Amino acid sequence: MELFTLPFMERALLAALFTGMAAPAVGTYLVQRRLALMGDGIGHVAVTGVALGLVTGTSPTWTAVVVAVLGAVLIEVIRERGHTTGDVALALLFYGGLAGGVLLTGIGGKSSAVLQHYLFGAITSLSNGDVVVTMALAAVVIVVALGLSPQLFAVAQDQEFARVAGLNVRAYNLLVAVLAAVSVTVAMRTVGLLLVSALMVVPVATAQQLTRSFRATLVAAMALGTVASVGGLSVSAVASFHAEVAPGPTIVLLALAGFVVTWPVGVLLRSRQRLHEPFPSGQPDRHEIAGDEHGHQHGPDCGHVAVPHDDHVDYVHDGHRHAPHGQHYDEH
Amino acid sequence: MPMTDMATPVRLTGGAVAIGGRPILRHIDLTVESGEFVALMGANGSGKSTLVRALTGLRPLAVGDLRLFGTPFDEFDDWHRIGFVPQRTGATSGVPASVWEVVASGRLTRRRLLRPLSRADRSAIDDALAVVGLTDKARDGVSQLSGGQQQRALIARALAGQPDLFFLDEPTAGVDLPNQHALADALRQLKERGATIVLVAHELGPLAGLVDRAVVMRDGRVAYDGPPLADHEVHQPEFGEAHSHHHHQPDHHDHTPHVGSPLDARTRRDGGA
Repeated sequence: MELFTLPFMERALLAALFTGMAAPAVGTYLVQRRLALMGDGIGHVAVTGVALGLVTGTSPTWTAVVVAVLGAVLIEVIRERGHTTGDVALALLFYGGLAGGVLLTGIGGKSSAVLQHYLFGAITSLSNGDVVVTMALAAVVIVVALGLSPQLFAVAQDQEFARVAGLNVRAYNLLVAVLAAVSVTVAMRTVGLLLVSALMVVPVATAQQLTRSFRATLVAAMALGTVASVGGLSVSAVASFHAEVAPGPTIVLLALAGFVVTWPVGVLLRSRQRLHEPFPSGQPDRHEIAGDEHGHQHGPDCGHVAVPHDDHVDYVHDGHRHAPHGQHYDEH
Repeated sequence: MPMTDMATPVRLTGGAVAIGGRPILRHIDLTVESGEFVALMGANGSGKSTLVRALTGLRPLAVGDLRLFGTPFDEFDDWHRIGFVPQRTGATSGVPASVWEVVASGRLTRRRLLRPLSRADRSAIDDALAVVGLTDKARDGVSQLSGGQQQRALIARALAGQPDLFFLDEPTAGVDLPNQHALADALRQLKERGATIVLVAHELGPLAGLVDRAVVMRDGRVAYDGPPLADHEVHQPEFGEAHSHHHHQPDHHDHTPHVGSPLDARTRRDGGA
């Protein structure tokens, strides 16, 4: 496949690799704090930043970084201060950002096609400089998200506990907001501002179908994000011989496909877990022997659900809980 | 100032807390000595949780002087000496977390930035899990635990930092009886290690035997401060004066609405019968 050795494709693959690792790393903390849509909001605000760059003739990447960071800090401050009207204020900011960006581009006389590169991604049109900036920003995001993971985890898990533990909760919250803004602008050229949040959130949602710990979720989400972005780019590159296949949406749809595949597994795991959860301790008041027709011998391999109960095992079938007792079974 | 006073874990004088401009706590004087097990009791809305939040700095004081271990609160930064156990709602979040990870986050009070866990950190975490009896649940997700087990995990998290002073906000609320006993066992071990414990409780249940001193809040003020009370006595106007031997009378009129009184009186007759 000589397609993958073409210079523009090599640049695109590098950008996809770094974006795919960085976006879910921050996304995990956003999902942990139940702020899954914050990336989306920052993406909307960043549109204004891109438009400012286009209109003033400076690099849209850097104006987007500045405006996205300002927007993220503003969102964080609104979230911290106002509990009741927080989501409405966020909505105002989101749509203000998007409308402002589109309007500015028009006033500046730029065609909306240029803005489209940023809204839906244009990973194959990256210059060498773009790729270096993308890799550097993504590396910073990854290093901070992993290096400070004990602190960021504690703050996102339980803010009050973190405060009494002496952590500067506000500073860490702002740090997550800034990291989110930076990764939004990093991913902007890959999947586009309107789809950025998907790359931050969907791999995390997929990972947590199968994981039980935070660390495993974080690592798995980064791996899934990388597979989705590099894989999606490759698929779209190969498919583009036959039709117009945009890389951004392909990446997002591949990530979503991963979720669709793992979700039933997650449902199955969770329902098994519920079935096998130990029964609360304590014995029934009455000693009730299971019916005489109970000829079946329960055992580790009998196929019935075996649930720990105090010092023994109850076997669950047909609405009964049978505990072995000497030669017979008791109803528990 | 005598040396013993320097080490007094909690000393609040003339404390008041206002939320949104509305006075919630007034004229609170509370001193907790080293090694004491104090139960903050009272009805819902009496201000007991607000008081513990004021003592941990989560609620700023409108007026008053708070000293932790002899240090004025604003200058206090020995956070590793404090273990806070919030109400259980903080146990789960949007991403799975294992019991071990939650407990390990309590060790942050003693860890430096960007350093891996030391051997001492790991053994403190293991010890905390053992005290609350969750060692074999360490790799499970917190959200898979029952409410009582989650509460024990939060206690282990506070314990992992090896603090001298514990604040617990309603650890027994919504916890079944076997788990309340497990909770009491864990707190007994802390007490035997010499920890100072301030615990908010609506009802003590199995914890009753551990309490050295009860402080009853009523309408934002301290209405009683003395030897432990039985659960039903807390809600009586005279705090079970008839069958105890102390002679501390509340010296101000009680403003509590009297809606609850007939029910309380009946409970007392039932309990005494």
